[in-house]
Amino acid sequence: MLLRQNRIKDPLGDRVFMAFNYLFLTLILLVVLYPLLYIVSSSFSSSRAVIAGQVWLLPVEFNLKAYASIFRSTQLMMGYYNTIIYTVFGTIINVALTIMIAYPISKKTFYGRGFLIILLMITMFFDGGLIPTYLLVKDLELLDTRWAMWLPGAMAVFQVIVARTFFQTSIPEELGEAAQMDGCRDLRYLVSVVLPLSAPIIAVMTLMYAVGHWNAYFDALIYLRSESLFPLQYVLRNLLILNAADPQMLANTSQQLRDQGFEQVLKYALIVVASIPVLIMYPFVQKHFVKGVMIGSLKG
Amino acid sequence: MSQTTEPIQAQANFRNEMNRVAKKKESPLVKSFKRHWELYLLVVPPVLYLLIFKYIPMAGVQIAFKNYSVIQGIWGSEWVGLKHFVTFFQSPNFWLLIKNTIGISVYSLLAGFPVPILLALALNELRNGYFKKTVQMVTYAPHFISTVVMVSIIILMLSPHVGVVDRLFAFFGLPMTNFMGIPEYFKSIYVWSGVWQGMGYSSIIYIAALASVDPSLYEAARMDGASRLRKIWHIDIPALVPITIIMLILSLGSIMGVGFEKIYLMQNPLNTSASEVISTYVYKVGLIGANFSFSSAVGLFNSIINLILLVIVNSISRRVSENSLW
Repeated sequence: MLLRQNRIKDPLGDRVFMAFNYLFLTLILLVVLYPLLYIVSSSFSSSRAVIAGQVWLLPVEFNLKAYASIFRSTQLMMGYYNTIIYTVFGTIINVALTIMIAYPISKKTFYGRGFLIILLMITMFFDGGLIPTYLLVKDLELLDTRWAMWLPGAMAVFQVIVARTFFQTSIPEELGEAAQMDGCRDLRYLVSVVLPLSAPIIAVMTLMYAVGHWNAYFDALIYLRSESLFPLQYVLRNLLILNAADPQMLANTSQQLRDQGFEQVLKYALIVVASIPVLIMYPFVQKHFVKGVMIGSLKG
Repeated sequence: MSQTTEPIQAQANFRNEMNRVAKKKESPLVKSFKRHWELYLLVVPPVLYLLIFKYIPMAGVQIAFKNYSVIQGIWGSEWVGLKHFVTFFQSPNFWLLIKNTIGISVYSLLAGFPVPILLALALNELRNGYFKKTVQMVTYAPHFISTVVMVSIIILMLSPHVGVVDRLFAFFGLPMTNFMGIPEYFKSIYVWSGVWQGMGYSSIIYIAALASVDPSLYEAARMDGASRLRKIWHIDIPALVPITIIMLILSLGSIMGVGFEKIYLMQNPLNTSASEVISTYVYKVGLIGANFSFSSAVGLFNSIINLILLVIVNSISRRVSENSLW
C-alpha cells in the first residue's frame, strides 16, 4: 500500500520538478539571448526609433546606415587589419612554442623533464607583475612595435599542461618505439605521427589562443603608441567607451552630428561588426571548446 | 697457430663490444642526448621565452624595494627597503583599495560560484535533445565576447534615457537613473554582468563531471523509487564535490586578484570611490604616473597576499576533504 502510494506520488513530484526545471532553463535562455538580440536589432534600426525607445525585440525602420558608415572609417578598418595580423602570427607563435615544450616534457626519456615542469609551474604562481614586465619590454626596445603584441604572452602555461596531458594519455608509447626501430628521428616522428594524431587538441589550442588575441586590448593599451598599430579592440574602446567619435564615420551625416541617436545605432553596429568573426566561428568550434575545457580539467 | 689466434681475436672483439655497451651505459644522459638531440634543441626557444619574459620580470620585482631611476636601471638603483610598502599602508587609499578589491571578489564569488553548478544540475536532468543543445549553445556564447564589447554593452544598456534597462524602469514608473554614475551600483553591475557572461562556460566543467557519473547509480536509485530531487541530492551533488572544491580553492586563491581589464573600462570619474581596486591603482600610479617603484610594491603586496591565501585554503582543504591542488 505504502509502496504503491509512493509510486504514484513520486512521478508527480518529478513532473512538477521538471516543469520548474524547464521554466528555470527557459528563463536563463531568455536572459542570455535577449541582450544579444536587442543589440543586433538596434544596429539595424533607424536612429529615430532607437532614441524614441521603440526597439524592443525586432528592428524598427530597418536600415543599414550605421554599417555603411562603419566601413568608411579607415581607423576601424586599420584596427581590423592589425587585429588579423596579431591574431594570425600571434597564434602561430603560441601554438609552435607550446608544442615545442609540451612534447619533450611528455616523454619519460627526456632528461630535465622534472626541472622544466617546475620551471613552468613556478610561473603560474609568481609573476613579475605589470611594471617589471613593462620595463623589460621597454629595455628590449619592443615598445610600440608589433613584437610587443606577440612576445610577452607567447606561451600560456595552462595550454602547455593541457597539451602535455594529451600527448601522454592519447599517443601510445609503442608507436614511438616502433618509429624509432625504423630509424625515425624525433622531429620527423613529431611532425608526421604525433601532430596528425593530436589534431583535436591543436584545434582547441589554436582557437583559444586566437580568441585571446582577437579580444585583447590591454597589451595595446600599455605597449603601443602609434595609431597605425592599434588593434580592433583598442579602436573600439576609443569609439565605444571613451566616445571619441571618428569624424569619417559621421561624414555625410552632418545633420546627424548632434544626433545622439545615430551615435547609439553606430555603437550597436560596431559591437556586431567586432563580434562577428568570433560568433561566426563559434557554432563550428563549440564542441571543441567543450572538449578542451574537459581535457584541461582532467589533470590540472 | 691459427687455432689459437682466432679465439683471441674473438675475445678482443667481444671486449670491444662490451666496452662500447659499457660506455653507453656509463652516461645515460649522453646517450639520451645523442639519440634525442632534436628534442633538446626543440625545447630551447620555449625555455628562452620563460627565462626572458617570465623570470627576468620576477627578478625585476626588486624595484619594489628600490628607488627606480631610469638612468641607473633596475639593478643600479639604490635600495630603500620597505619604504614604498610603508607609504602604501599609510596612504589614505589603502583601506579603500582593500575594501573594494575584497568586496568585489567576495561578491563575485558568492554570486558567480553557485550559478554554473545550478545550471549544470538543471541541464543534466534533460535528455540530449534540441532544447538542451540550444540552452548550452546560447549560454556559452557570451564567454567569447571581448571585454571591450562587454563593457560597451553594459554601458549602452544602462545609459540613461536610451538604455533598455532605464526604459524598463520608466515603464514600471521608476525614476530614471544614471546607473554607471552611482558608486553603490558598481559592484552589482560588475558582478551580475560577469555572471551573465560566464555562467554557461563555467558550467561546462561541472557538466563534464556529471556526465562521468556511473549510470548504474541512477538505475539503482530508480529501482529504490528515488525522486529526481533525491537523485540530485544523493548522486549528482556528491559527484560534483571534488571538482567544486578545486574550483573553490582556485577562486579563493585569487580573491585579491580582481581582473584589471573589465574594471578599468567600467570606471568613470563618478564611480571611482567604489571601483578603484589594487590592479587599476597599480596601472594608474605606475604607468600613467610613472611611479614604477611604488606601484611595483603595491602589485607585489597583492601577489603575496594571493599566494598566502592560496596556500592556506589549499592546506585547509587537504586536511578536511583530501582534495587539493598539490
